[in-house]
Amino acid sequence: MSAMPAATGLPTRRRLGDRLGDRLLFGLAILASLTAVVVIALIIYKLISGASASISTFGLGFLWHSTWNPASSAGVADANVFGAGTLIFGTVVTSAISLLIAVPLGVAIGVYLSLLAPGRVGAVIGPLVELLAAIPSVILGLWGIIILAPVMRSTIEPALHGAFGFIPIFGMPSATGLGVFTAGVVLAIMVLPIIASISRDLFLSVPRELKDGALALGATRWEMIRGVVLDSTRPGLAAATILGLSRALGEAIAVTQLMGAGSVLSGNLFNTGDSLASRLAEQVTNPQSSQQLAALFYCAVILLAMELVVNLAAQLIVRHFERNQGVLR
Amino acid sequence: MSVPLDPARPLTAAGGNLRRRRRVDQMMRGVATAAAVVAVAILVIVIVTVASNGASQLSIGFLTKDPTAELGAAGGGIASAIVGSAMIVAVATAMALPIGVLIAIYLTEFSKPRTARPIRLALDLLNGMPSIVIAVFVYGLLVEGHQQTGFAASFALAIIMVPLLARTTQEMLRLVPQELRDASHALGINRWRTIVGIVLPSALGGILTGTVLAVARAAGETAPMLLLSSIFGVGTTINVFGTALPNIPYTIFSDSESSFPADHARAWGAALVLIAFILVGNLTARAMLARQRRIMSR
Repeated sequence: MSAMPAATGLPTRRRLGDRLGDRLLFGLAILASLTAVVVIALIIYKLISGASASISTFGLGFLWHSTWNPASSAGVADANVFGAGTLIFGTVVTSAISLLIAVPLGVAIGVYLSLLAPGRVGAVIGPLVELLAAIPSVILGLWGIIILAPVMRSTIEPALHGAFGFIPIFGMPSATGLGVFTAGVVLAIMVLPIIASISRDLFLSVPRELKDGALALGATRWEMIRGVVLDSTRPGLAAATILGLSRALGEAIAVTQLMGAGSVLSGNLFNTGDSLASRLAEQVTNPQSSQQLAALFYCAVILLAMELVVNLAAQLIVRHFERNQGVLR
Repeated sequence: MSVPLDPARPLTAAGGNLRRRRRVDQMMRGVATAAAVVAVAILVIVIVTVASNGASQLSIGFLTKDPTAELGAAGGGIASAIVGSAMIVAVATAMALPIGVLIAIYLTEFSKPRTARPIRLALDLLNGMPSIVIAVFVYGLLVEGHQQTGFAASFALAIIMVPLLARTTQEMLRLVPQELRDASHALGINRWRTIVGIVLPSALGGILTGTVLAVARAAGETAPMLLLSSIFGVGTTINVFGTALPNIPYTIFSDSESSFPADHARAWGAALVLIAFILVGNLTARAMLARQRRIMSR
């Protein structure tokens, strides 16, 4: 009996270390976790307080007015009047173009990787598609300016104008190849790997019995994919699209490089434009007045609000999806 | 598929209908394959153009010399940008790694489902927040009224890295078998010694991999650099807290917007250095991760 040390027989220093260490680690861990929450709150607070002057001057009208006049000299009409209408339009249109291209393409890649590719080929192509997401946007922007824009100007835009010129959005091709359409295409390259890898994982999660059942009933592979796989993963695909949208809305760098910093709202996709994120990238470092900086913070608040709404929507869909896992997947 | 089956009709009627269905099937499978080919082609085209345009720039001098002072002049290198980027990312990692790992420890070892939810949500929101918004936030917090510093850029990068680090670490901690923890407790070893002495070391490889991925991601982030560390001289400096540091992403950005061919050439060279670093980081991390998962889930 005496050979077995009872719990109280542990050296007191060790026991003290045990208790202190436990408290310390728990305290540090909870502190770090709270930091994440605090940072979010701080970001929201700081942006809104930076924008407050602009919010009280322009109110909600900021969202649709398209004047952006940082002229500091007195006497100029509309000096220091700001509105984000053109920018919101640019953000929405470039994101829409990128989703229109990337969602069908990404879902098709997901279908290929999860259901069609022979094992070894899929094991090579899957990581390659994901690697596309690792390329920094500034390099895609550089590539877009020097390689893609000339091709757009000389070939793709004239072809689209020739074929669909009767629709006003495919107007006269741009002089440089830089513009809303080019920015949207490069955004699509960034969104594509997100949609592709999420939809691949979704399709892999569809129970084998459902797929085999459809095939056993005489469905072709495509009929099985359309009727069973795509149909049962629809909410997941919606979430994937929303996550892609979140990526597209906030991209600043490549859009700044490719959109041509236009200031006029134009229905022609080949014209230059500007987005919320790229206006921030261009002007935050050298505002001509405190009003302009406040207006830029207002733009950041709008962008933040868009992102929060979009991300929360994706979260809700995923939650809902997980709760109904058995039925939906 | 919702059409009720007529038991009298054979399922695989060999008629024109079947031929049409087969043709549609083949066409759609071709479309899916073509989409995968397009994605891989884009990756290859981008990497090959960066490599072929950048390779002619690459030399010992390009990597070890500072840029020339005159506007648009040829020659000079990106040494100051490489040093600056390394400093900024290193400081960011030093801030983000402990916080990310501690959050992961809290979520896997301590939290109850109710307390974990808001923290998971915060991480997801941080992860979805555009880097330009984080950059504007740090601009308002540290730069407005003061001056740009490398540290401000590090701070923004750290905010970007924390959710990435927390997520990979969490994944790795979850792979550590519960039996290890139970065995440790059964030996009378208490919680923090178990976590620090047994759980973390078993997950170390995975945490390193996650760090490599987060560093590769941070190294290419341009928006924080543009707002927080873009007004700098030509010389090499490591004074992170005092001044803005030259860095690779901003070098590529400003040179790509320039109209001088010599600047474009420097942009391609810098892009090649950056993309090589990122691709090597990603590929090694992938290999390590696969190995780690295999070992841990044995």
